[in-house]
Amino acid sequence: MGLGRTLAVSLVGLTGHVVEVEAHLAASVPGFSLVGLPDAALAESRDRVRAAVTSSALGWPQRRITVNLSPASLPKSGSGFDLAIAVAMLAGAGVIPTEAPGRIVHLGELGLDGRLRPIRGVLPAVAAAVAAGHRHIVVPAANELEAGLVPGADVVGAHHLAEVASRYGAEVVVPDAVSPTAVVDPIRRAPDLDLADVVGQDDARAALEVAASGGHHLLLVGPPGAGKTMLAARLPGLLPDLTPDEAVEVTAVHSVAGTFDPADGLIRRPPFEDPHHTATAAAVVGGGSGVPRPGAASRAHRGVLFMDESCEPLRTSKPRARCWPCLKTKPHSQLLRTMLHLCTSVPLARSDGAGSLTTSGLRMNRYPAPRESRCTCAAQSSTVTSLMPSCGSSQGSWRSTPQADSRSWRSTATTIPRRATTPPSARGTAACYVTWTRATSQT
Amino acid sequence: MRAKDAVGRYGEKVAVRFLQDAGWVVLDTNWRGHQGELDIVALDGDVLVAVEVKTRSGIGFGHPAEAVTPQKLARVRRLTGQWLAEHTVASRSVRIDVIAVQVARRGAADVEHLVGVV
Repeated sequence: MGLGRTLAVSLVGLTGHVVEVEAHLAASVPGFSLVGLPDAALAESRDRVRAAVTSSALGWPQRRITVNLSPASLPKSGSGFDLAIAVAMLAGAGVIPTEAPGRIVHLGELGLDGRLRPIRGVLPAVAAAVAAGHRHIVVPAANELEAGLVPGADVVGAHHLAEVASRYGAEVVVPDAVSPTAVVDPIRRAPDLDLADVVGQDDARAALEVAASGGHHLLLVGPPGAGKTMLAARLPGLLPDLTPDEAVEVTAVHSVAGTFDPADGLIRRPPFEDPHHTATAAAVVGGGSGVPRPGAASRAHRGVLFMDESCEPLRTSKPRARCWPCLKTKPHSQLLRTMLHLCTSVPLARSDGAGSLTTSGLRMNRYPAPRESRCTCAAQSSTVTSLMPSCGSSQGSWRSTPQADSRSWRSTATTIPRRATTPPSARGTAACYVTWTRATSQT
Repeated sequence: MRAKDAVGRYGEKVAVRFLQDAGWVVLDTNWRGHQGELDIVALDGDVLVAVEVKTRSGIGFGHPAEAVTPQKLARVRRLTGQWLAEHTVASRSVRIDVIAVQVARRGAADVEHLVGVV
């Protein structure tokens, strides 16, 4: 009986694997089974594909259909296999030619009316397909722009399953194209802020510039209202554009996270991430059930991770305060420490496979803020203390062991005029780190 | 007799004729066992086949073969065991088939034979 084949891509973390989708149609009691380690979202694909094929007037074969996703041992997740399953099934049923779809990669989620819906992570998926030698890729029209960013890819965007089937030669009425919908509301990136906005704070500004040029981390300590957040937010503005390779890496992370607008093209500016200090560990280091999703640390890849109020856990009397829980609770702090020291990736093991989310270059050796600096600031409540490695002598040690790094911190404290808006009672120390994640590219 | 039962009886007759035309020896029809009925028991050469016949007069509610659920097949399987316990037939193996009959408004009914469905 009929056998149809086509290709799709399974994403585990940021790594794409080309998956062969096979559909076997046997003359038996009609049924549809999907094998090859699908997760819940993918197992539901059966119902979507069936409804979409019927709605597209393509005719559902009354056969026992077995769809296999090969390699069958690799866990697969998400709704991006719908189109490939439908195309393999149609090829097996003889609705479209059997041979043609076998070498083409199909990505996309199907609506019940047969419309093709965009999916997350198209960029790394297309990149993986091209790397595996499969240049011809069919994607939902809403993802066409994003898929086209991968050099060497021959991308075709489609609005409807009937459109794909008719391209293969099926005689079917193609409905009028509907406007594609974005997978999530894309986050509009704010333009880079200018350091010229900062009045005073000469030392902190100098520290910021040194950190930007040398690829160093920065710890800002000072009273509330001194300008730490304002300074940190201006660090990305000092950084150079990403190189083309870095731009693809960064865009791939944001594509998986769903925080990327393909209309703007590749992300060419270093990203800036400032998670709130009560953010959960999963929000910062990445997580989620099934296949892990990138957290703020990964989204700051090749950019700036700004951890505001990193002293909060130290200041509070409650040992289990909900501030930077990833730094406090033991397993997560170990995870973050691993990430910071290894400088390459966060290993996250999940039921559906272990993923590595890249965070290249994150390094911070002492966290939360060193106690001595906190004391300094508490004594001089109107200072911003910037801690940074002494740039002249420590270049070698900066790139060596974390222990060597921690010795190379040097603090500079400057008294600035207290502004009228700063409440006189503001004695507490607020601290934040700024981590520039570009350092590893130089090591 | 209700209309749907009449359609079912007609379909079973069509299926028996279809099998006899194919050279099968029909041993039993509408055999009542414990908790159900076997539509047709026949010999295809030296293979004993229990046939479940499903008839529909249109496809508005789906193809007739679609209505043969796994539960129904499990029942046919159980009944086949009961039939074998009560009869002595020299057969090499046992198989379960489905015959889907679509009754046309005029002209011959459309018969689809699904072999070895369990």
